[in-house]
Amino acid sequence: MKSKTFAQAIDMALAQAMADDPNIIILGEDVQMLRVNLFSRFGRDRVRNTPISESAFVGAAVTAAMAGLKPVVEVMLVDFIGVAMDAILNHAAKVNSFSGGKWQVPLVIRAACGGGYGDGGQHQQSLWGWLAHIPGIMVVVPSNPADAGGLMLTALEHAGPVIYLEHKLLADYWLDYMGIGDRKTVTFDVPPNGARGPVPDKLSPVPPGKAAVRQKGSDISLVGVGVGVHRCLQAAGSLKTKGVAAEVIDLRSVSPLDIKAICESAEKTGRVLVVDEDYREFGLSGECAAVIMEAGIRAKYARVCTNDTIPYSRDLEEKTLPNTERIISAALSLMS
Amino acid sequence: MQPDLWELYSLMYKSRLFEQAVKKLWNDGKISGEMHLAIGEEAVAAGIVSHLKEGDAMALDHRGTPQMLMRGVDPVSLLCELLGKPEGLCGGMGGHMHLFSEQHLAASSGIVGSSGPAAVGFALAAQHLRPGAVAVAFFGEGAMNQGMMMESMNLAATWKLPVLFVCKDSKIAITTVSSSVTSGSLFNRAKSFNIPAKEIDGTDVEMIWLAAHKAIDEARRGEGPSFLLAHCSRPEGHFLGDPLIRITKNPLKEMKDMAPALLKSILKPKGAAVRERTESLSSVTSILGQTTKAQFFNFNDPLDMTRKELKSDKNRLEQLEEKIEQEIKQIVINALNGNTDNKKAVT
Ligand SMILES: Cc1ncc(C[n+]2csc(CCOP(=O)(O)OP(=O)(O)O)c2C)c(N)n1
Repeated sequence: MKSKTFAQAIDMALAQAMADDPNIIILGEDVQMLRVNLFSRFGRDRVRNTPISESAFVGAAVTAAMAGLKPVVEVMLVDFIGVAMDAILNHAAKVNSFSGGKWQVPLVIRAACGGGYGDGGQHQQSLWGWLAHIPGIMVVVPSNPADAGGLMLTALEHAGPVIYLEHKLLADYWLDYMGIGDRKTVTFDVPPNGARGPVPDKLSPVPPGKAAVRQKGSDISLVGVGVGVHRCLQAAGSLKTKGVAAEVIDLRSVSPLDIKAICESAEKTGRVLVVDEDYREFGLSGECAAVIMEAGIRAKYARVCTNDTIPYSRDLEEKTLPNTERIISAALSLMS
Repeated sequence: MQPDLWELYSLMYKSRLFEQAVKKLWNDGKISGEMHLAIGEEAVAAGIVSHLKEGDAMALDHRGTPQMLMRGVDPVSLLCELLGKPEGLCGGMGGHMHLFSEQHLAASSGIVGSSGPAAVGFALAAQHLRPGAVAVAFFGEGAMNQGMMMESMNLAATWKLPVLFVCKDSKIAITTVSSSVTSGSLFNRAKSFNIPAKEIDGTDVEMIWLAAHKAIDEARRGEGPSFLLAHCSRPEGHFLGDPLIRITKNPLKEMKDMAPALLKSILKPKGAAVRERTESLSSVTSILGQTTKAQFFNFNDPLDMTRKELKSDKNRLEQLEEKIEQEIKQIVINALNGNTDNKKAVT
C-alpha cells in the first residue's frame, strides 16, 4: 500500500493493464499530454491524439472494439459526450443485443465529471444516471484512489461497453486545469480522502456492480456515489453528534446497481436518503426508490440532488449541488 | 468603402483593456473556473463585429467576450456576469463561455463546433423573418474537425444562407498541434462546399474589415455563405494558467512534479520499443518548448499594427487611449459594486 492521488491510481491501472494487453489503446483529444506518462512509455500508436471529432472517434472506437482492440476512448468532460451520443446510445449499447448476444463491444469511455469549481452548467454535469438509463452499458463512478484504480481494471476486464467517470474534485489535475489554474486565491471543497489515499501495489478489479459500506449505522442509510459519498460521510459525522447513526453506502457502480446492498441497508434502517450530484428527476435517486419499493421494503425516503441547470456563479452553484447542510437537514427531517 | 481605423482601434483597445482587467480579477480569485481570453484576436472580432447591425446574429464559442463587448452589450453587466454576480448579463448563470444577449441575437457555447449549427439556424431565421440580416459564426481551427461544423457549411451552402464562418487559426487546440490531426487545408475544405473562402492575416484589422465587408454584403444580398480563415496568435495560451505556458516559462519548477513520474514510466519494462519511446518524449518536449514558444511567445500584436497607422495624430491617439483607460477603470469599479444600468436581480 502506498498513498497515491486519485489520478495516479488510474494511470497505474492503465499502465498495469496496457503492459499485459497490447490490444489496449487510448484515444482522445490531448491524450498525448493528459496521459503523458503512458504516451511516453507506450508510444503514439497506443496513446493516440485525436482531432476534436467526438462523433467520429467514439464511433470508431466502438467498431475497433468489436474487431479486437480494447479502446479506452476519452471525451474529456462527460458534458461533451453529447456530440458522441449516437455512437454510445445506438451502437455501443446495442451491438451485443442485436447480434443475439454473439458480438461484444469491449470499450471503455472515460470522462471527467462533476462540479464545485464554478465552471458552469456545460462543464460540470454528472450525467451518470442519464447514461445508465441505456441498457447495455456499465457506468462506474469511483470515490477514492483505490477504487479509481480498481474500477478502471473492472472496466477493462468487462466484456461490454463501460463509461468510467472521474470527478474533477477528486482528480487533482482536472481541478488544476479547470478550476485552480496556478492560483492561490481560490479554494474548493475537495474531499481529502477522495483525492488521495492508500492504493495497493498491485491493483485488482473491483467486483462489478458491488457497492461498499463506508460507514455502518442503524438509523438512516445515506446512499451516494463519487464526491457525494464524502458529503454523506461528512454529514454522518454531524448527525452522530445529534445522536443519529447513519450508514453510508458508496454505490461505486451506477449500472449495474447493487440492489442487494441498497435493500439490505433500507431494511435495516427503514430510512433512505439518496445523495446524487446528477439531476434529480428520472435518474439514480428515483431508481433507488424504485428498487426498494419493488423489494417490498417499507422505508422512509428522501433525496438531495442537483435539481436544475448548474449555475456558473459559485454562490448559486453551491446551493444547487448537494452539500452537507442539505444532506443533514434532509436526514433530520426523515428522522422526525 | 474604407474602414474607420479610429473606430476599429477603439474597439480593439477597449477589448484588450477589458480582458486585461478580467485577467487581474481572475488572478485575484474573483472570477471562477476556466478563463479563455481572446487577447490577440481583437482584430478579427473588431473587423467583423463592426459591420453588424440590428437583426444580425452572432454564434460564439468559449472565447467570445470581445465580440459581446464590441457588439454593444453593456460592459458592466458583462463583467458582472464573469464575476458571477446577480447583476450580470445572465444573472450569473452563464459565465464567460455561456454569454447570451437576445437583444443582440448573440449566443455562446462551450461545446466546440456548435457555433456552426447555431449560426446556420440564426441565418435560417433571418432568411424567413429578417431578409438582409446575417449570422456570423466564430470558432477556432480545432472546431473545423467537428462533424457538425462541416455539416453546417454544407447546409449553409445548399440553402444559400447568409452566414459568415470565421475561423480563427491559432494553430494549436489546447495542447494539440492542429495540423497533426487535420488532413488537407481548411481553406480548400470550405471551397469544396462551394463557399467563397479567404485566407487572411488575423492581425490586420483593415484587411479583415474589407474582407468581412464583401462577405457580409454578399450574404445580405442573398448570395449565400462565406468563409474567412484568419491567422492569429494568443499570448495568454488556451486559458489563463495554461500548463503549456507555465511549464515552458518555468520548466524547473513545473517539471519538478512531472519529471520523476515521466522518467519512471519511460524506463518501465513492457511497452513500446526504445526508439518509439524517445520519439514520444521528444514530441512532448517539443510541444513544451518550441511549439509553445512559437505559438504563444512570438506574439504578433494586432493592436500595434493599427496603432502605428494612427500615430501620426499623436494627440488624438493619446486622448482616445486615455478615455478608454478611464472608461475601463470605471467599468471595473461599477462591476465590483454591482452598479449596472439595468439592475435586475435574478433570484
Ligand atoms: C465538444 C467539445 N469537445 C472538447 C472540448 C474541450 N475543448 C475546449 S476548447 C478546445 C480546443 C478548441 O480549439 P479551437 O476550436 O481551435 O479554439 P481555441 O480554443 O484555440 O480558440 C477543446 C478541445 C469542448 N469544449 N467541447
